[in-house]
Amino acid sequence: MTGAPLLDVRELTVRYPGRRRRSQPVLAVDRVSFEVRAGETLALVGESGCGKSSTAATVLQLRRPQGGEVRFEGVDLTTLDEPALRGLRPALQPVFQDPYGSLSPRLRIRDAIAEPLRVQGRWDPVTGPARVTELLDLVQLDHSLADRRPHELSGGQCQRVGIARALASEPRLLVLDEPVSALDPSIRAGVMNLLIDLQDELGLGYLFICHDLRLVHQVAHRIAVMQHGRIVESGDTDQIFTSPAAAYTQALLTAVPPLATPADDRPVPRAAPTPSGLPHDLGLRP
Amino acid sequence: MTALLEIRDLHVTVRGQGGEVPAVRGLSFQVDRGQILAVVGESGAGKSLTAQAVLGLLGPSVAMSGSVKFDGRELAGATQAAYRELRGRRLGFVPQDALSVLSPVHPVGEQLALAVRSVQGASRAAAWDVAVRALDRVGIPDASRRARVYPHEYSGGMRQRAVIAMAMVNQPDLIIADEPTTALDPRLQAQILGLLTGLRDESGTAVVLVTHDLAAVAGSADRVLIMYAGREVESGPVDRVLVTPRSPYAVGLLASLKPMPAATTRRLPAIAGAPPRPQSLPPGCAFAPRCPLAVDECRAIEPEPLLYDGRLVACHRAGDVPAAELAELYR
Ligand SMILES: Nc1ncnc2c1ncn2[C@@H]1O[C@H](COP(=O)(O)OP(=O)(O)OP(=O)(O)O)[C@@H](O)[C@H]1O
Ligand SMILES: Nc1ncnc2c1ncn2[C@@H]1O[C@H](COP(=O)(O)OP(=O)(O)OP(=O)(O)O)[C@@H](O)[C@H]1O
Ligand code: SF4
Ligand SMILES: [Mg+2]
Ligand SMILES: [Mg+2]
Repeated sequence: MTGAPLLDVRELTVRYPGRRRRSQPVLAVDRVSFEVRAGETLALVGESGCGKSSTAATVLQLRRPQGGEVRFEGVDLTTLDEPALRGLRPALQPVFQDPYGSLSPRLRIRDAIAEPLRVQGRWDPVTGPARVTELLDLVQLDHSLADRRPHELSGGQCQRVGIARALASEPRLLVLDEPVSALDPSIRAGVMNLLIDLQDELGLGYLFICHDLRLVHQVAHRIAVMQHGRIVESGDTDQIFTSPAAAYTQALLTAVPPLATPADDRPVPRAAPTPSGLPHDLGLRP
Repeated sequence: MTALLEIRDLHVTVRGQGGEVPAVRGLSFQVDRGQILAVVGESGAGKSLTAQAVLGLLGPSVAMSGSVKFDGRELAGATQAAYRELRGRRLGFVPQDALSVLSPVHPVGEQLALAVRSVQGASRAAAWDVAVRALDRVGIPDASRRARVYPHEYSGGMRQRAVIAMAMVNQPDLIIADEPTTALDPRLQAQILGLLTGLRDESGTAVVLVTHDLAAVAGSADRVLIMYAGREVESGPVDRVLVTPRSPYAVGLLASLKPMPAATTRRLPAIAGAPPRPQSLPPGCAFAPRCPLAVDECRAIEPEPLLYDGRLVACHRAGDVPAAELAELYR
């Protein structure tokens, strides 16, 4: 992959002011730099509270950073005013971490999916409805859900509506914050495969925030590891997994139990929780 | 000994534009004291509606029938006042939509302290201490400071943990946790699951753990209930169901976790086809259109859960397909 990056983030800094005496200011993102190229997935990983969602929100300019540049296709978004940003938003779409909170409770699902197109003045009443059903199909949602409101959907259905909505305006960059965490393994695979296929066909760039390191290993091209608001290590996926340099990365990786299948068929150990060790080795042995 | 929670023939129906849609169809299960039951299954299978039915939290367009007995007492048809009383003291709930239980206008610690005071009648200062300790136990760093800030100042994972703290703070007999660890990194997931297993082992707390994370099930649950299209397909001890699943859906669910051979492809294995639409379920077994083992009987008669090989299996072919052949189904 050559040429200028799709997204080039330089020295991004996010500080929350803290209110009066109640709380101190929080430096959530501290001079973070990374890039995402067309057709590439960069995974942003790190423990809870390290600043991933804050990074996502400022890349999208949903919150203005306190410092740094966010260059999207060469244009520094931090210098643009809201009307200028509006023109670029279709190309740069979010999928939020909280599936219910990210959808307006009053909008019906078909309107939630159509909203980005409407806002951009690109809604075509003739072809629009068919486009909405096509998007529902893509994320494996039944058409009958289109007339419901978010609280009448299951968690995983809501999350897929968020993805359909992000895809509606044919973006070139997706900022995906835990996009498949509420999905069962089979539908999760289906949605990830869809994202991979779209990336391969259309050259989409993904900033992919995910704490499921096995999934990251499988789908990301590169990884940036974040701790306390800073990027402590970044590199190709294989390199990060085989020879992590930072002590923090090593600690993150050891929290994931090994992939190896046990040699015998011991019963599943009950005492020690292995929260992210996929029990694929448990399922298929008689 | 009677079960702490006993569900018999639970049906949950949602009223939509196209009429009544069955979302949960005749579900029965029980949870004993000191037991963790994991509920897993496809997205939209009816797991959250089942949880809401137990807790008396179903919305206005949703109806239920069947029996829900908690500690020997029938809850179906109970008044909202009775449910409220139970939810504060004896039933802890971690909803999938974690934000729905946190008020945006009060600091997190105050919300916890208020819950403590209303149930335990503690002093203000004592309740505050309990609240801070509860936040500390779920791994909120610098808990005494963070207790003073508002939910929107928390990260996604911190909010989820605040809700878990809320569910546990009054030491309920039963905790129903709907996807409690989806927003958490592996270390915190382990910490939360460790907390739940600790409560089970030390205080005899019972837990219903709704989750997509089969590793969490393997590591912490005693029993597992697998749902598909509003019904049970397989249930029993974790070390049976996850090690040698007998229903084709359970086999497929576990197979979709198998990583592909490294570097050959980024694509992930999935069960072919899609779940049925609840408003037009096929006759017979709901999994039949996707099932590699389906025979004519499957397309005509809905299988009932029957005891087989130490667990309940709702599949016409549970007995006649050797385990080795089942294991090859999704290769
Ligand atoms: N609106 C806000 N006001 C004040 N502090 C905030 C705000 N939003 C986030 N924070 C703080 O900034 C830090 C980073 O939060 P952020 O949401 O970016 O974390 P994250 O990496 O996405 O975590 P998670 O994995 O839990 O979602 C945290 O300490 C959080 O408490
Ligand atoms: N209030 C409601 N009104 C109408 N339909 C609803 C309502 N709540 C849920 N449903 C529907 O009922 C079915 C079961 O929903 P439920 O939330 O129980 O699924 P779930 O098993 O928890 O799925 P997930 O894993 O995605 O959270 C879904 O098809 C959903 O769209
Ligand atoms: S009953 Fe038939 S269709 Fe259903 S899971 Fe069993 S074999 Fe498959
Ligand atoms: Mg976050
Ligand atoms: Mg649910």
